[in-house]
Amino acid sequence: MNEPVLTERHSVTELNQEKVESPFRETMRALLHHRSAMIGGGIILFLILIAFIAPLLLPFGYNQIDADARLQPPSAEHWFGTDDFGRDIFARVVYGARISLWVGFFAITGSIVIGSVLGLIAGYYGGWRDTLISRSFDILLAFPAILLAIAIVAMLGPSLENAMYAIAIINIPTFGRLMRSRVLAVKQEDFVLAAQAIGMKDTRILFHHILPNSWTPIMVQGTLGFATAVLEAAALGFIGMGAQPPDPEWGKMLSDSRGFFQSAPWTMIFPGLAIMLTVLGFNLLGDGLRDVLDPRMKQ
Amino acid sequence: MLIPVLIGMSVITFFIVHAIPGSPAKALLGERASPEALHQLEEKMGLNDPLYIQYFNYIKNLLQGDLGTSIQTGQPVSEEIIPYLAATFELALFAMVIAVFFGVNLGIFSAWRQNSSVDYLSMVIALIGVSMPVFWLGLMEQWIFAQELAWFPSSGRLDSRLFFEPVTHFYFLDALIQGDFVVLQDALKHMVLPAVALGTIPMAIIARMTRSSMLEVLRSDYIRTARAKGVGELLIIYKHALKNALIPIVTVFGLQMGLLLGGAILTETIFSWPGVGRYLYDAIHARDYAVVQSGILVVATIFVLINLIVDLLYAWIDPRIQYGKE
Repeated sequence: MNEPVLTERHSVTELNQEKVESPFRETMRALLHHRSAMIGGGIILFLILIAFIAPLLLPFGYNQIDADARLQPPSAEHWFGTDDFGRDIFARVVYGARISLWVGFFAITGSIVIGSVLGLIAGYYGGWRDTLISRSFDILLAFPAILLAIAIVAMLGPSLENAMYAIAIINIPTFGRLMRSRVLAVKQEDFVLAAQAIGMKDTRILFHHILPNSWTPIMVQGTLGFATAVLEAAALGFIGMGAQPPDPEWGKMLSDSRGFFQSAPWTMIFPGLAIMLTVLGFNLLGDGLRDVLDPRMKQ
Repeated sequence: MLIPVLIGMSVITFFIVHAIPGSPAKALLGERASPEALHQLEEKMGLNDPLYIQYFNYIKNLLQGDLGTSIQTGQPVSEEIIPYLAATFELALFAMVIAVFFGVNLGIFSAWRQNSSVDYLSMVIALIGVSMPVFWLGLMEQWIFAQELAWFPSSGRLDSRLFFEPVTHFYFLDALIQGDFVVLQDALKHMVLPAVALGTIPMAIIARMTRSSMLEVLRSDYIRTARAKGVGELLIIYKHALKNALIPIVTVFGLQMGLLLGGAILTETIFSWPGVGRYLYDAIHARDYAVVQSGILVVATIFVLINLIVDLLYAWIDPRIQYGKE
């Protein structure tokens, strides 16, 4: 009798390697086969690389003024031309990527954290807490987003940081509502009822059991929301309520170009293209994530 | 549902506006005003009252149809805001007509010729449209169509040399009523660029939504039956399929119409369009409390009402949807 001895370690390892793939790896595999997700992810990776590496290689600083090179068209020396202060637009667009990615990341992370916690509380406890939180979301959603953002920035004072807070605040209801609707469905599942039956604390049920099972749509919305946040930050910058001079924020650069874009259109073309490319990247990745993680959301 | 939302909106607007740094009295009298004059004006405007008293006075006046008086012009906001609202509405309506016409047809065509090169091209256009900042598109239009080609004027609502006495403040309507076709033509020329800029994002969203909605409907049995019966393709698409694909399209339409009212502020800034977004933006800078708090409330109320109308439209499009019945 030479039957192989199958230890517990063997069986688990074999199971992991051959049959069960972790959800993360499964998602990544599906994403790698999704064309638009790959294009979107490629654009975002490119932007991240440019934002963090290119400034080290640039011959010009984003705020390096050259009075002799004012409003120069694109050339071998200045790839995207120069602005009215003779500053290199390529350098400013590259540094602008840092600002936009930074603003998008922090604003959306803030919205997700606050919105998710409020959505968890509203969905799990129901009753007056749900009424209070859901009505607050309704009220915030009743305002046109950009108008509310302008009002909040006007209250806090125009700056990039305050624009970021305003963008975070106006996006909270989107994530809150989404989380609430997921929690309402998940809390009826057997594993939640079992956790409640054994007397597990609410915070543990919420953060260890309900949250991980409600996360998918938030991740998809977060990626799409990133695109919206970049657009909103640029819009606030454009009307003077976001980044202040000399920060090379794309919206502000577009606004500055208004005085002379008729004679120097490159001052307007490149910052706008940069915004569009960033938004496009996140939209494509968001669409891909949605298709892979939750095809029902497509409807 | 509507009343608590409106009350909440009034509270938020009131407190945000009062938290904006700087005194409206100082904005009105200037930096060099004496403290006595400032105090006197603040007293007259009720700015020294406790905040809750100011809020209740505001609500009391609001319920009587009094939106307050503009600090800058001395005019009642309820009268002053009308031409601005009309300008924004006219712009938003034109933008929506463009968005719906091109968006729905692009979406239908994509769904009809699914996976063809035309489908891919349409969807790439739609994706770029969704990702394009409206203010950049506006500037590009000004550069290409106003500056380089000189096809359209770059800003304003009407040529300043034209004499025109508006009645409803909807210039198209007014020009038609008065039979003034020179004004009509000029208003149309001024409308094209801002309406296209404002309508591009909704157009792209509507096109994407129409495509996915139509794809689902075009696979239904009744469409196959209609085809088997020999019904013409155009009739199948526009009569049979489109009506059943309308609900998601109407949802997007409603959302976008509301967003246009808010988003118009950027378009209005670029094209010097005298709309409500621009009016509010100027008022924020001038700390014109009455205009800001009433203006935001008016815009937000219209936004809520549009969403309500969209809800009612669902029932009209799909009679299976009934409200208020279990």
